[in-house]
Amino acid sequence: MSELSIINISIIILLLPLVSFILLIFFGKKFPKLYLAGTGIVFVALALSIAVTFGMLTSYSGETLSLSFTWIDFGNVPSIGPLSIELGFEINNVTALMLFVVNLISALVHLYSIEYMRGDIRYTRYFAYLGIFTFSMLGIVITNNLLMMYIFWELVGLSSYLLIGFWFEKDSASDAGKKAFLVNRVGDIGMWIGILILFTHYKTFTFSTIFEQISLGNLPFDSASALTTAGILIFLGAVGKSAQFPLHVWLPDAMEGPTPVSALIHAATMVAAGVYLLVKIFVILTADAMLVIAVVGGVTAFVAATIALTQNDIKKVLAYSTVSQLGYMVLAVGVGAYAFAFFHLVTHAFFKACLFLGSGSVIHAMHHEQDIRFMGGLRKKMPLTYYTFLISTLAISGVPLFSGFLSKDGILAGTLAFGSLTGHWLLPIIGFTVAAMTAFYMFRLVIKTFHGEPRDKEKFAHAHESKWVMTAPLAVLSLLSIFIFYTPNPLSADAGWFLDKWVSTPQTVVPAEASFDFMQSGMDKHEIGLAQESGIVHSVQYTEAMHHAHYPAMFLSLILAGLGILIAFIFYQWKKVDLEKLTGKLNSLYKFSLNKWYIDEFYHATFIGGTLKSADVLSWFDYYIIDGIVNASASVTQFVSRLSGWFDNFVVDGLVNFTALFSGFIGLSFRRLQTGKVQTYIVFVVFAVLLLLLFFRPF
Amino acid sequence: MSIYDVIFYLFAILTVGSGYLVVTSKNIVHAAFYLLFTLFGVAGLYVLLAADFLAIVQLMVYVGGILILLLFGVMLTNKVTDVKIRTGTIHIIPAVIGTGLLMGVIVSMMLRTNWKSEPGELLFTTTYGLGRILLTDYVLVFELLAMLLLIALIGAASIARRDNE
Amino acid sequence: MIEVGLNHFLVVSSILFSLGIYGVVTRKNAVMVLMGLELILNAANINFVAFAKYGNFGLGGQAMALFVIILAAAEAAIALAIVLNLYKTFTNVNVDEIDKLKE
Repeated sequence: MSELSIINISIIILLLPLVSFILLIFFGKKFPKLYLAGTGIVFVALALSIAVTFGMLTSYSGETLSLSFTWIDFGNVPSIGPLSIELGFEINNVTALMLFVVNLISALVHLYSIEYMRGDIRYTRYFAYLGIFTFSMLGIVITNNLLMMYIFWELVGLSSYLLIGFWFEKDSASDAGKKAFLVNRVGDIGMWIGILILFTHYKTFTFSTIFEQISLGNLPFDSASALTTAGILIFLGAVGKSAQFPLHVWLPDAMEGPTPVSALIHAATMVAAGVYLLVKIFVILTADAMLVIAVVGGVTAFVAATIALTQNDIKKVLAYSTVSQLGYMVLAVGVGAYAFAFFHLVTHAFFKACLFLGSGSVIHAMHHEQDIRFMGGLRKKMPLTYYTFLISTLAISGVPLFSGFLSKDGILAGTLAFGSLTGHWLLPIIGFTVAAMTAFYMFRLVIKTFHGEPRDKEKFAHAHESKWVMTAPLAVLSLLSIFIFYTPNPLSADAGWFLDKWVSTPQTVVPAEASFDFMQSGMDKHEIGLAQESGIVHSVQYTEAMHHAHYPAMFLSLILAGLGILIAFIFYQWKKVDLEKLTGKLNSLYKFSLNKWYIDEFYHATFIGGTLKSADVLSWFDYYIIDGIVNASASVTQFVSRLSGWFDNFVVDGLVNFTALFSGFIGLSFRRLQTGKVQTYIVFVVFAVLLLLLFFRPF
Repeated sequence: MSIYDVIFYLFAILTVGSGYLVVTSKNIVHAAFYLLFTLFGVAGLYVLLAADFLAIVQLMVYVGGILILLLFGVMLTNKVTDVKIRTGTIHIIPAVIGTGLLMGVIVSMMLRTNWKSEPGELLFTTTYGLGRILLTDYVLVFELLAMLLLIALIGAASIARRDNE
Repeated sequence: MIEVGLNHFLVVSSILFSLGIYGVVTRKNAVMVLMGLELILNAANINFVAFAKYGNFGLGGQAMALFVIILAAAEAAIALAIVLNLYKTFTNVNVDEIDKLKE
């Protein structure tokens, strides 16, 4: 495949879901079977993306293929100079892999939804929304500039809103949609400001141009802090989209959407867009920005994991697990473990999608029962669902032989290396704690759902294994959770093709004084290009630290994961510990976790309450001051008009009436002359003649 | 004072006196009779003014025609048997003042004016002369008046009996 | 007492004219009004004839008086017809009550 054909095919892949969307949204009502066409189109896109990924990884690995065109040429703008806005696409290894992941999960979710959504009143529209979501997500993936990134970013937000609120008849669903949209806006505003900082200085949105300029030492507004600010602001977009603390609150609520949507958007792809964005702009992140990112990621991972410990809704557990894992990825970017961040993104996409689809299968079987306290013993009824779910759980818990182990291990090693190099030891501690908690709550979920005795006998009796269109995606995704797809060595991914050949950390372009020392390769700028082809470009220091940290991290995480799993079994399978007593003892902590750290309540009290309060104040101001002024002016006007009314009534009308009355009076007086009697007239004539005679005095 | 003067004053007093009674008497029939005397007096004055034919015409037309006509009008429009053939008056005061002043003004005007006065020869009879000029100088007026009289008579008849249709 | 001349006749006619006016103005009955009118016409006629004699105008003045008499006859005929009509319409011939035109 030539370079151009790869780009062209990528653009076709991008446009195919849009075609599906347009077809379904306009003709879906008339041709209800059209959803099959939509699904087919996405599968075509999947096939093409496999081809592109294959071509990319085999022929152009490490290269960046791009296609740019001028969208708007403003010409020579006064006081700015020549200005034009370029749009375009670029494909590199990361992009190609992302294309594949998005298309694969999208296709599988389409397939799964055929059965899961059957009978819904807006069946075809659902597929239309899936189409526009896939389109937007692919747009984020293959763009080469921040403007298009932002546009597709918002499109993703929109389609997410549409899909979360898909069952808008339910208040909770439409509220969740609104919440997701609004919370995302908070992040997006930051992102847009960050983009504008870069654009204002560089007059371009294109990644490569901006990176090049920075690498030449041309910093925004000639200050490294501006670059830090821009990085953190753009990261804010990722905070919103990837549900990082403190903007993570929308994601658990987004579980109100259909479960396949949760799998596609809120587990595998859209929330990963934030991480993808960080991966894209990784090279311009300064030391300060990276530290902020790492801390936010760590806090998110920890907070979400503690909440996930006590949740009883199967999807809520998965949602907080997702937030926690996303925190991991962000943490990985923050500590410089670029490759592992992206690696975890991919592995997580597969196993989390599998978990969500598995939970969807359970929910489907249990007739929309989502509370794990009413489940149990489903292992026998739904063996395929159980085993795929178990594989994914093992993967996320970090058990060897599965993909999650490899990626998480890498991240933990990265945090350890980061700690050893900078002294920020809290981050690895958080990372390992979260690993243990993850293993615990995931197995709690599995045990409560699939093991033991059924707690709701009636629903259990009706439960059954789902049809093949639902189980097939589960099987595919759980297969992809096995290590062999990424590396031949089940204990280390370093030598595997994913990290060795496909994804390598790019060289940061930030000036040395603004970035961590260990991020500098120490190599000449020209050598970087050569080095990129050969793989790792990381500084020797960091790579070595990673190597040193690898085995301790692996053992530690293994022990912790095992511990977590063990505790889960003790608590829930063998029931050796009286949970009532335990929760009674740790009541406040338990409540704190169960109520999600009271973050929603806090937001409610501060932002919503504050908004309401300020609205009250403004309303008071409006009511008393503005209205007062208006009323006062109205009163004055009224008074003046009264006065002029009085003047009108009495003076003007008086004059008019007086004139009329006077005329009337005159008329009345003279009316008496007009008696209608001839003789009276003759009297007048006589007198008139007399007057005339007296006047002329003819005598 | 010649006979002529005496006769003049006689007729003048008759005319003015009965004229006064005409306009003041309350009874219509009485008024009509006083009018007869007035008209007769005027006829006498005509004679004094050497208009013999005119005097005759005055008597014939006025007394014999118009006065009778007026009497008919009185009879037809008032209930004679009622004896209450009296009519009220209006505007007494303004009329007295007005006409009094008017009379004074006109009389004084008549007296003060220096009229051209050159009495011509008195004709013994005017019938011949009148006949002549009526059919010569005034023939058009004469014929028109004849026509007018005809129209007036027919019109009067028509108006008087209009509602019978 | 001066000899009777033009002025005397003129004064008589003036008085007669004024009386006629008075009659026309004051009387309610339409027939009486007509009588007043006759007085006025006669006053005018006296003037015509008097000027005809003292002004030496020949017979023109007398002819004019003759015409006036004829007109008076026509007028009387018409006026009486109208009076009769009025009587039929209003059941009286009081001129002061006949003011329908006023409205």
